[in-house]
Amino acid sequence: MSADLNTAVRAPARADLGRWLLPVYPSLMIGIFFLIPFLMILAVSVAHQLPAGYYEPGFELTHYRRFLSPIFVNTALFSISVSALVGCACLVLGFPFTYFITRLRRRHQVLWLVFILAQLSLSEVLIAFSWQVLLSKTAGVSNVLTWLGLLDKPIAYYPSFGGVVLALTYLVLPFSVLILYPSLSRLDPAYGEVARTMGASPLRTFFNVVIPIMRPALVATGITTFVFTLGAVLVPQVLGRPRHWTLSVLITDQAIFQSNMPFASALAVFLLVLSMGLVGITVWINRRVSIPR
Amino acid sequence: MNRSLRDLYLALIGLVLVVPLVVIAGVSVNASRFLYFPPKGFSTKWYFEIFTNDAWRDALINSLVVATASASLAVSIAVPVAYCLWRFRLFYAKVLYALGVIPFVLPPVIMALAFLVFFTSIEVHGRMGNVIVAHGIFLVALPLITVSLGFESIEEEMLEAARTLGANNLNVIRTVVFPMARPYLISGFAFAFVLSLNEYIIAFMTVGFTVETLPIKIFNSLRYGYTPVMASVAVLFLFVNVLVFSLIGRFGNLPKLLGAWGAHE
Repeated sequence: MSADLNTAVRAPARADLGRWLLPVYPSLMIGIFFLIPFLMILAVSVAHQLPAGYYEPGFELTHYRRFLSPIFVNTALFSISVSALVGCACLVLGFPFTYFITRLRRRHQVLWLVFILAQLSLSEVLIAFSWQVLLSKTAGVSNVLTWLGLLDKPIAYYPSFGGVVLALTYLVLPFSVLILYPSLSRLDPAYGEVARTMGASPLRTFFNVVIPIMRPALVATGITTFVFTLGAVLVPQVLGRPRHWTLSVLITDQAIFQSNMPFASALAVFLLVLSMGLVGITVWINRRVSIPR
Repeated sequence: MNRSLRDLYLALIGLVLVVPLVVIAGVSVNASRFLYFPPKGFSTKWYFEIFTNDAWRDALINSLVVATASASLAVSIAVPVAYCLWRFRLFYAKVLYALGVIPFVLPPVIMALAFLVFFTSIEVHGRMGNVIVAHGIFLVALPLITVSLGFESIEEEMLEAARTLGANNLNVIRTVVFPMARPYLISGFAFAFVLSLNEYIIAFMTVGFTVETLPIKIFNSLRYGYTPVMASVAVLFLFVNVLVFSLIGRFGNLPKLLGAWGAHE
């Protein structure tokens, strides 16, 4: 009896202690190593650039004014259009693909998921490298085409815009599959069965029932894929020409090779606002729409 | 949809996804120093060179150390946040959760630059610790998501039962909460480990010129001299990724981890 009373009295006190103590360490880590560096970018983006590649604290909008320069405008437009293109390609290819996976038996689903995850986490360096080999003169597809008699002699397909888009689509497709997977796997098979009993063909069921129900998920996936493509930093460098550089490449170049941290930071702030805005929209879509199950 | 049409489509996409990997695997067994495909001759020496060549072995060890340490760091930050969120429903824990997820959602070059600016300004240059901390923070999102799922999957009745049988808080954690959350904890660690192993841009910006990890070493080789070792490392990485995710798929609930409802069996 007294033991019971003891725990009853003590337990909440101990829980209270945990409530206060447990968040201390994660707060410190996230505060020091995420929030402070994050805020520092904002500060550096308005700092004063010194000739030797250093910068001193200050407040000036010089670096943001460079957003009017052709190098920024071209790079930003190129990044946005290439990401939109890759995002659309991934939706068109990835949506039926994911839909089919979710209709498989669980064992087979897991096999596909393992493969997709392994591919997704494969380093961008390795993907850029394998596409470079695939598009090269010595070991690429052109050798196969020559062997088939379709080409006179092997040629290199990179650096080129097509190479960048192909490799980026390859890089991002597994990602779009994983984003689509939850909502598609929650799709109640009853919808399809009802459409079937009413006499709709499988193809018509897919286009007139599955796709309309999934429209919010499609939009959200398109946007997330877009943001993910914006993050690619090696594929455009390895498979493209300088005019195929994206914002991520430009930021790396300004920070490391031009030693212009303030401009790199201003560019990062632009990329940040763009991607946070887009991610915000997807969160809003996911909140608003409850997916029918 | 038509079954054979479905299987054809799946096979086609699967094939396209596999082709570049097959080419890389072919290149990795070339007998000569050149990257031929189809390979000329057969040799496994480029696989041995990962372990015998000093530069490649150092890069491998660096990568493994960084991945192990940063995945542990990520888990250590994620577990208390997920626990507070689950047990106390603290609003503050929700804020921490959101802050933990944000770095992973953004284009990685943003955090890479943030870490570069941060470590430069506190004048800690090019130490391995920098990339461990940077990866740890960048990847907190993964254990945060999996461990939260794990805690949420524990039924309240189980905790009640344990308490009724006289277990105190610590015993409940030790005998019920921890064993039930363990697969999710391990999955979170594994996700973070694999992604750290493969990560390039943050590692490059924080320690690129002092600590060579495997992705950095491969990128440098792309610029300054090709060798089939790059291909054999790629195959090794693919193998590690498949192995780790297969283990999660075998012992954990992969469909559930990836967000499918009702994936209980």
